[in-house]
Order: sequence, then C-alpha cells, then structure tokens
Amino acid sequence: MFYREAGQYNTTYEQDLQAFPIKQDKIGIAIWLVLAYLFVPFFGIPGLEYGFAMNAIMIPVLIFTITTIGLNILVGFTGQISLGTGAFMGVGAYACYKLTSYFPDTNIIILILASGFVSAIVGALFGLPSLRIKGFYLVVATLAAQFFLEWCFIRVGWLYNYNPSGAIEVPQREVLGWIVTGPSAEPMTRYLVVLSILVFLAVIAGNLTRGRIGRSWMMIRDMDIAAELIGVRPLTAKLSAFAVSSYFIGVSGALMVFMWLGAAEVESFDVNHSFLYLFMVILGGLGSITGSFMGAAFIWTFPIILKELGKSWFGINATVMENVSLVAIGVMIVVILIAEPHGMARLWQIVKQKLRIWPFPH
Amino acid sequence: MTDFLYSIFVGPFADMIALPDFLMQVLWEGFVAGVLYALIALGFVLIFKASGVFNFAQGIMVVFSGLTLVGLYELGVPAFMALIITLGVMYVLAFSVERFVLRKLVNQPDIILFMATIGLTNILIGLGQWIFGGETKTMITEQLWLPTGSSVWEPNGGLVIFQHIDIAATVIAVLMIVGLGFFFSYTKVGRALRAVADDHQASLSVGISLNQIWVIVWFAAGIVALVTGIMWGARSDVSFSLQIIALKALPVLVLGGFTSIPGAIVGGLIIGIGEKIFEIYWGPLFGSGVEGWFAYVIALIFLLFRPQGLFGDKIIERV
Amino acid sequence: MSTAETFITPDGRTIGTVMMEMKNITLRFGGVIAIQDISFDIREGEIRAIIGPNGAGKSSMLNVINGFYHPQEGEVWFRGAKRPSMKPYQIAKQGIARTFQNIALFKGMTTVENVMTGRQLMMKKSFLWQMLRVGPAMTEEVEHRRRCEEIIDFLEIQHIRKEPVGSLPYGLQKRVELARALAMEPKLLLLDEPMAGMNVEEKEDMSRFILDVNDQYGTTIALIEHDMSVVMDLADRVVCLDYGKMLADGTPAEVQKNQAVIDAYLGVEH
Repeated sequence: MFYREAGQYNTTYEQDLQAFPIKQDKIGIAIWLVLAYLFVPFFGIPGLEYGFAMNAIMIPVLIFTITTIGLNILVGFTGQISLGTGAFMGVGAYACYKLTSYFPDTNIIILILASGFVSAIVGALFGLPSLRIKGFYLVVATLAAQFFLEWCFIRVGWLYNYNPSGAIEVPQREVLGWIVTGPSAEPMTRYLVVLSILVFLAVIAGNLTRGRIGRSWMMIRDMDIAAELIGVRPLTAKLSAFAVSSYFIGVSGALMVFMWLGAAEVESFDVNHSFLYLFMVILGGLGSITGSFMGAAFIWTFPIILKELGKSWFGINATVMENVSLVAIGVMIVVILIAEPHGMARLWQIVKQKLRIWPFPH
Repeated sequence: MTDFLYSIFVGPFADMIALPDFLMQVLWEGFVAGVLYALIALGFVLIFKASGVFNFAQGIMVVFSGLTLVGLYELGVPAFMALIITLGVMYVLAFSVERFVLRKLVNQPDIILFMATIGLTNILIGLGQWIFGGETKTMITEQLWLPTGSSVWEPNGGLVIFQHIDIAATVIAVLMIVGLGFFFSYTKVGRALRAVADDHQASLSVGISLNQIWVIVWFAAGIVALVTGIMWGARSDVSFSLQIIALKALPVLVLGGFTSIPGAIVGGLIIGIGEKIFEIYWGPLFGSGVEGWFAYVIALIFLLFRPQGLFGDKIIERV
Repeated sequence: MSTAETFITPDGRTIGTVMMEMKNITLRFGGVIAIQDISFDIREGEIRAIIGPNGAGKSSMLNVINGFYHPQEGEVWFRGAKRPSMKPYQIAKQGIARTFQNIALFKGMTTVENVMTGRQLMMKKSFLWQMLRVGPAMTEEVEHRRRCEEIIDFLEIQHIRKEPVGSLPYGLQKRVELARALAMEPKLLLLDEPMAGMNVEEKEDMSRFILDVNDQYGTTIALIEHDMSVVMDLADRVVCLDYGKMLADGTPAEVQKNQAVIDAYLGVEH
C-alpha cells in the first residue's frame, strides 16, 4: 500500500518520459540526496568510526558507482563486453596527473572532468575492433588494451614524470579555499566533491540512455542487423558507447587516485580490478543506472561486512573471510545470472511491486 | 632514422645469427611455453566444441587441480593416490558445473554463460585459497616419476640446455593430443561428442544425452587441466598468478580457431615461440615486459583480418 | 506498359508509376543459385505479392530488394535511378523498411520503445542536447513519441505499450514489428511472411491492417506470403517464383490460372 500509484496520472508525454514518474520514487530519491548531502558528511555511517566510514566505504563506493555506470553503458546497454576497465581508469588517472603538472593553477575539478576526454579518445580507439569482432572475441581485444596500457604505465616514464619509484603522488590542490586533494584534504571535502560529480554524471547517463543515443546502443545490443536496417550506423553507435563509457571510467580513475588513494601504482589498474568492476555491473543489473549504484555498493561493502562479522562474531581471521567472500561473490554471480539476469535492480523492482499490494500477497 | 629502422628490421636478426646456440635456447623455451599454452587452449576447445560455452575458468582449473594434488600430498597422501583423488575431485567439479550451472543456463545467450564461468573462476580462486592457502607450492615432480635435471648440448662449442621436465612435458602433451584424437575418432563417446559439437538438437533427436556428454567433456577438460597444472607447476611452481598467465590461452584460440584442436596446438606454438623471440630480440628496444601484451596484439590483428583463425569455422551471418 | 503510365487494376484501384525495378537479377551463394535472371517491377502505391513454394528464393529476393544481399548480376533501379551497392543503414535512409520472418524485435525493450526505434533516423538533436534532455531534445522526443502513439493506436496495440516485447504472444509481436516499420514512414514496406504462424482471426486482423496502411499512408508494400487466399484478397499484382526462376507476373487472377504456377505448387516435375 505504500507504493500504490492510484491517483497519479501522467497526462502528457513529458510526464510519462520522466526518469522517475512515480511520486514515491521521487520522494525516495529526495531522501537519498538529503541523507547524502546533509547527514553523511557530518555523521558518517552510524555505528562506524567517521574516518573509516568515509575513507574505506563512502568515498570508494561513490567512485566505483561512476565506474560501474560507465561500464554498464558499454556492457549492459550496448552489449560489448570489456575487461579493460582497470586500464582505462589508469588512463584517466595518469591523464589527470599530467594535466595537473602542465596546468598547476587550473581548478582541479575541471582537470578531472577533462581527463575523462583523454580516456574517451583512447577508449574509442580500442573500441574500433568492435566493428568487426563480436561477443567474447571482443574480450581478447579489450584484454590487449588492458595489458598494453598496463605496460605503458610502467614503461612510459613521461606518464609519471619520471619519478624513480614509478608511482604518482597527488599534489595538494584547492577549490574556493577548501583543500580538495593531497594529504591534507579532509574526508568530508573529498566526499562532497565525489558525490557532486557522481550526481552530475548520473543525471547525464540517465538522460543519454533514455534518449535516441541510448536507444541506438540498446538496438545494437539486442539485434545489430535489425538496428542497421533501421538506419543506425554501427560505427557511430559502438564508438559513442566506448567513448562515453570510457569517459565515465576515466573520470572515476582520476577520482580514485586524486580523491581517495592519494597516490597510485600500476597494481591499482590491473586486470583483477577489471573483473571486480564487471561483477559490480552484473550484480547491480545489466542495463540499469540505479542498478549500478547497488552493484558497486554491494560488491565493495560485502567483503568488508563479512570480515567484520567473521572477526567479531566468530573470531575467524580476515584472510579466511576474504576467501569466503570471493566464493560468495562468485556464487552470487552465477545465481544472479541464472535467476535474475537483470540483477539487483530488477529484484528491487519486484520488491516495489510487492509493496504496491502489501499487505496483500497478490 | 636509419638507425631506428635498422634496429627494428635488421638488428634483431643479426643478433639471432650471431649467437645461434642462444637462438636455439630461446626457440626451445618458446616451444615449451607454447606446448603448455596449447594444453590450456585444448581444454577450452574441448568444452567449446561440445557445448558452445567459453569456459573462462579453464585457467583456474589448471591451478586448482595442481593445488589439490600438492595439497593432498602435503596432508600425507601418497603421490599416485593423490593423483587419483584429484581426478575424482575434477570429476565432481565437472558434474557439479553441469548440474548446477549449465543445465540452468541452457538457452541463455553466450555472453551470459561466459559471465557465469567468470563467476565460477571466482569461486575456484576463493576455494583454492581457502583450502590450500595462498602461498606458492612446489609440484611433487619426483614423486610422480617425472624426470628432473637437464641435458646439455654443445653444438660447435655453443651451449643449449634442455630441462628434462620440458622434454617430458612435450612428450606427454603429444601423447595426450594423440590420445584425444583417437578418442574422438574411434570411440562411441568420442563420436557422440563430435555430434554434440555439431548440432545440439540433432544429437538430442538421436538419443544422445546432452547432460552426460557435458559432464564427460568438462571432466576431460579437467584432466587436461590437471596434466597442464602438473607440467607447469613442475617448471615454475603452483601459484595463483598462473591463472592470469592462463589468459594467454585466449590469443592462442583466436589464432587457432575456437573449435579446432590442431589449431590450439599450432596457435599455442606460434604464440609461445613468437612471444619469446619478440621479448628477447626486440624487447630491449621497447623496454622489457612486452611478453605481457604481445600475444594479445597478435590476436587483435587476427581478429581484424581473419576472425575465424587459422583453422576455425567461418562465421556467416544470416538474416 | 511503359514505366511512366499509371495502371488500373481489375477492381478499379489506381496504381502509380514504377517505383522499383529488378533487372535480370542473379544471386549466388557459393555454388548454389538462389535467384536466376529475374526481372519485375514494383509500382507506387501498390501491394505486390511474391509467392512460390518453399525454397523458391522469395526471402532472398526480398533481401535483394532490401539491399541486404547484393546480386552478382543485374541491376536494381529505385525511382528512376540505378541503385548502387549500399550499406543497410543507407537503405533505411532511402525509405525502405521491412519486417522479418523470425521477428527481429529488440527483446530488451518495451513495445513503445521498439516503435520509437523506428524514428531513429528522424531524431536529429545533437549529443549535447541529448545529455541535457531539456528544451529542443525533449520537444523532439515528445513529438516523435506522439507520432509513435498514433501508429500504436492505428494498429490497436495500446494495451501492451509498456510490456517488454519478449513476453508478448507471437501475433502481437508481429504487429509491433509492423508498427516499428511504419514508424520509419517508409516509401516502400517489405513484409516477410507477415501472416506466418497466425490463426484465421489474426490473419484477418493483419490483412486489414496491411490494407489500411496502404490506404491511409499510401505506402507501397511488397510482401512474401504463402496463404493464397490472403494473396488474392490483398495483392494488386503478384510475382511467382520457383527454384530461383520467375514463373508468372500479373494480377492475382492471371497468376492463379497460370499452368506453370499450378504445376509448381502441386509439385509436378519440371
């Protein structure tokens, strides 16, 4: 009964085309935004130490949500599988680093958003093979990108300003008097910056996927021959998917290094991370923006929760719980693919359906 | 400019000719690596041919089987007993995968099945690390009666070293491939496997049980994985990083064609030898570590110009 | 009759000038000859049926008209100009839409979304506007949505607008596919066995819709069909193929009486 739409009529097409046409959904989103902007920055997550809550959970989850949205655009909406996500995050991160070296006085947020374009171009380039290759053959092409770029991150000294350790250190930068990056940057500041960028990019993603461009992506995914016969140019559709996806992933990479880790080594961008992000997309729901939020949050926090529970309830050490969580996630992936390929997003929709008629069973 | 061109197109070849025994060594090392890649690719091909599933977990199956073998031995089980039990474990794995995963995903698009095998990989990594721990283990080479030590060949005063285990690996690989070829061509089960690889519906209509075939095929792939795990572990210890190296089997498949056993072998050898040669002779130009991506780039080029590989079936789109 | 003349059918409908002409089309797949030296035309505003036993080459012929297959010999002329070998999306731009025998709907989308995909070529607002989804982009989206809803009303599929097409019954899926093709506002509509797998009522509905489309929108239609009664009722002119060769070309009544056609359908050796 909470979720009944009775009395809510869409009388114009504009109303029907909204992202969240149902009032209860709008209220839900409003509540999330209020919590995110007004509650969490001051109180963190109730029950957890503030620094831990922000640095180990909130900030990375928000960053990976951006990554997951980006990857979802490519895998979930356009049906092009990619295992190169880790490396493309690296492209964004190194691009941002070089930009801060060349433009030390420019607003760091602008540089972060700009570094996404570098990633977009590289992504589109490595996406060219998708015009001739389909399905899991494309995996090989994306792995080529992954391993080649990883090698570049080590070999091309220019990328890390020839720093002898091979790693990049994030310089301190300010925006409007607030220290935003670097060792002195407060968790709250970093959190708010990441949150705002996420909201901004999520809105754009939502708009794109609901319009003609999103439709062209989905057409390619569902039946590319029919799509072509309707007038969709596979080149434009696929490359735009790679470009937009890589933009999001690149920005998230820059944020990961500049707003979270504070430094980066090549390991942060390796192929194991590419798998991690793919799991976030699958569990959250292929082709769902809201699902991306859920998938990222779940995959990131699940091992942490498991380790905590293991330690405090059963006294089991962290390594064992780490492995348990690996197995559990693997099992969940298989189960989700069997039972509900549309992931947690769809499960959530089913919950809402039940809420419509609750307390009646049907 | 001419220096640059020289260093790419002439220099490396000059280096090769200058030290022919070293070249032989490199070729041999590449050959052995290629044989092992081919074995991993073989596992892929078996499953792909019979069920159309691209088993991403093949690599981790190599590691897992090796770990199980060594782990059992460390618990005190005699070597050959451990071998038999490990085979049993691989059978249970094959059975479980068929029963709990494949059967439920029968009509889904390939990409879903592929992602399910990625999930399976995670499960095996977690289980492996949980049961056996994450440290590197030494393969029980001697206990399995596999040769150790090396022979030395000195052609014209040069020096080439052949590890006995490498020779054994090659011989065993050849035996296995011949055995599999014989199995496919001359036994009832083998024929059924070929039928299933060709057409699921038609096989069903002549009474072949798809489920049984899949269990057999996954078990066969498991055996191949175990042999590969033993060989590879004997050469360079059993660790989880092997799983990433196993990804190299993908370029091998691209070169050889996903459905061809001879293709897996030829592809494996080309990648193995090519990679080593490129790393040793052109590596210094680019910086080391080119082995990490060389295979993939070759595969990429193949995908662009000859996607069915050297021996695979041509893909025709029909409306 | 020359290409410039209009043509009046026995039941009094006026059909226009020649729109598309196949000239000596030969199509081979490796060693197999699918179509052998076939020539016929399609006139503006008519309903042209292509019939023939199984394996006659009808689908291949449709694919040649569609531009998806390129004949090894012969020419295709569209509206007075020879049509060069084009990519499928260029064909769509020319104004040719089609439905498929095996239903090529986008299974991941709802009915309304599928029909909207037909408007893809007509939606022009730039990437930047798409990101913002306000003003011109919204206006464009709403306008095209309005047109699609008109087509949905026309084909009486309003009740399944928001259903994912994968879960719809076969007959309704075919109608959605037709709606999507109509959304492209094509000059030439190609229907590949639109009645396949339908019962009598569904066939009647579909026939009515096809006639309405031709009547209301003036769309030229070429269809492949097995059911002779449907062909008799719908088609202005018919082409009959067998084993890749043309057997007859004329009005339904003429073709029905043609001995070669009768032999082909009855399986007489020839």
